[in-house]
Amino acid sequence: MTEVLVLIDAPDGKVTKPSLELLTIARRIGEPSAVVFGAADTGVLGEYGAEKIYQLDDAVYADYLVAPKAEALAQLVADKSPAAVLVPSSTEGKEIAARVALKSQSGLITDAVDVAVDGGTVTTTQSVFAGNFTVQATVTSGAPVIAVKPNSAAPEQAAGAGAVEAVSVDISDAAKAVKITSTSPKAASGRPELTEAAIVVSGGRGTGGDFSEVEAFADSLGAAVGASRAAVDSGWYPHSFQVGQTGKTVSPQLYVANGISGAIQHRAGMQTSKTIVAVNKDEEAPIFELVDFGVVGDLKTVLPQATEEVKKRKG
Amino acid sequence: MTKIVVAVKYVPDATANRTFSADNTVDREGVDGLLSELDEYAVEQALQVVEAGEGEVVVLTVGPADAADAVRKALQMGADSGIHVEDDAIAGSDAFATSAVLAKAIEKVGDYDLVFFGMASTDGGMGVVPTLVAERLGLPAITYANEVTVEGDTVKIVRDGDTATQEIEASGKLVVSVTDQTGEARYPSFKGIMAAKKKDVAEWTLADLGLDAAEVGLDNAWSKVEAFTPRPPRTAGEIVTDEGDGGTKLVEFLASKKFV
Repeated sequence: MTEVLVLIDAPDGKVTKPSLELLTIARRIGEPSAVVFGAADTGVLGEYGAEKIYQLDDAVYADYLVAPKAEALAQLVADKSPAAVLVPSSTEGKEIAARVALKSQSGLITDAVDVAVDGGTVTTTQSVFAGNFTVQATVTSGAPVIAVKPNSAAPEQAAGAGAVEAVSVDISDAAKAVKITSTSPKAASGRPELTEAAIVVSGGRGTGGDFSEVEAFADSLGAAVGASRAAVDSGWYPHSFQVGQTGKTVSPQLYVANGISGAIQHRAGMQTSKTIVAVNKDEEAPIFELVDFGVVGDLKTVLPQATEEVKKRKG
Repeated sequence: MTKIVVAVKYVPDATANRTFSADNTVDREGVDGLLSELDEYAVEQALQVVEAGEGEVVVLTVGPADAADAVRKALQMGADSGIHVEDDAIAGSDAFATSAVLAKAIEKVGDYDLVFFGMASTDGGMGVVPTLVAERLGLPAITYANEVTVEGDTVKIVRDGDTATQEIEASGKLVVSVTDQTGEARYPSFKGIMAAKKKDVAEWTLADLGLDAAEVGLDNAWSKVEAFTPRPPRTAGEIVTDEGDGGTKLVEFLASKKFV
């Protein structure tokens, strides 16, 4: 079986759940080889099927933006001739993927939500045009480079050899042109990561700037908190929590939109959610066209009551 | 004196019913097009850089005849001149071919200092063209800027990531992509609309760029859309009006779906 290179995301050394999902998807195509930049807890990679682990531990990958990682990964592609390259569909993952694909003359698929293999042909599924269409695509040049979105597969444990191999690549001076001069980690919210969460509770203009009811309801359900562009543009909630075309695309089991009208910009980020619920004062709000259940009412009274009811039922 | 090339895309209106053509490419006939909203932020940032000192903004697009509308809008906002690369052979190009055409056009401009992009298009939405153009031009790329500052020949940005906020910088000729968080884009003024009519728009073809038709277009793309399927419409859900028990009813629904 041929190798499949899997770019692992491990901020602070901890391998993310989407990275384990990539290992599971890679096993459909060939033998997963994990590619890890920096020091990381590599043990878990073998438990999820990685046969080899290429570890590239050098400050150059943390000090400069994207280009050194792309150069190193392209070098691995040239050396190993993998059947495919899988990367997380994050901003960094997509940029690395694009550069690697160009360097190795390979086709690129971004934002894949599924990857299937039939008779050696790798076919990807993407959700496009604000989630209004799904598209099946194949790569026609080189080994496919595929950026896969979180939650595209359930991570499955599978015993892999997990043999760690230290890899050192000479990085060109040209790749060391964009310097990261400071990094300020954000305080952890204690809630699930927005794009990985099974339940997302979001707030919009209808919160009036106070997200306390939205957060309390989210916490009662163990959910992530999201925000509409209107709420983010008003400075009520940080941009990294924005759900929509210019923010995150989420596809949770349950999405609860509170005080969000449901403009196309927002729908683009959430309409592939399995179950959608909305609370909005305006019965004409377009969000109600999407919902499985809707409450026409003020979130300021509906959500606290719902939070109490959830707590009561959970005992 | 800073010369900034801003690459922009003419896209189908994201609020209209977008669909596909018979050849599985984006339908650009049935839906009105416009300057991609996310590119307006790049035009705005370029104008602000030039207005803070001295320089000029050249807006560049690759697309069919109608794409001239995107150039015109940027000129109305205040860009100084435009370039429209139009060639039938370009239709259906993937991100790689598009980046090749843009890179050749930018090389032909020659005496530029910076190249600005929006973070992604609102149709294809891959967000990889800025980094691909940089890779082809051999230039540094400083991407997804939430704040842009230009000091001399150094560009500093702030990027608001998921787990951290980063400050990033690079010097010399380089590619910059900006997010919608950089600040509201201006509306064209009446004066701007009138002035735009007198501004130059160069029209270039593949031959002008020294590119061959076999390097671009749908037939030479490195990936292929095999099929597209409209998402099944969502079945109408139950809507209740809150009469003091809206929250309880909401949780009853969640419980019926086993979320509670």
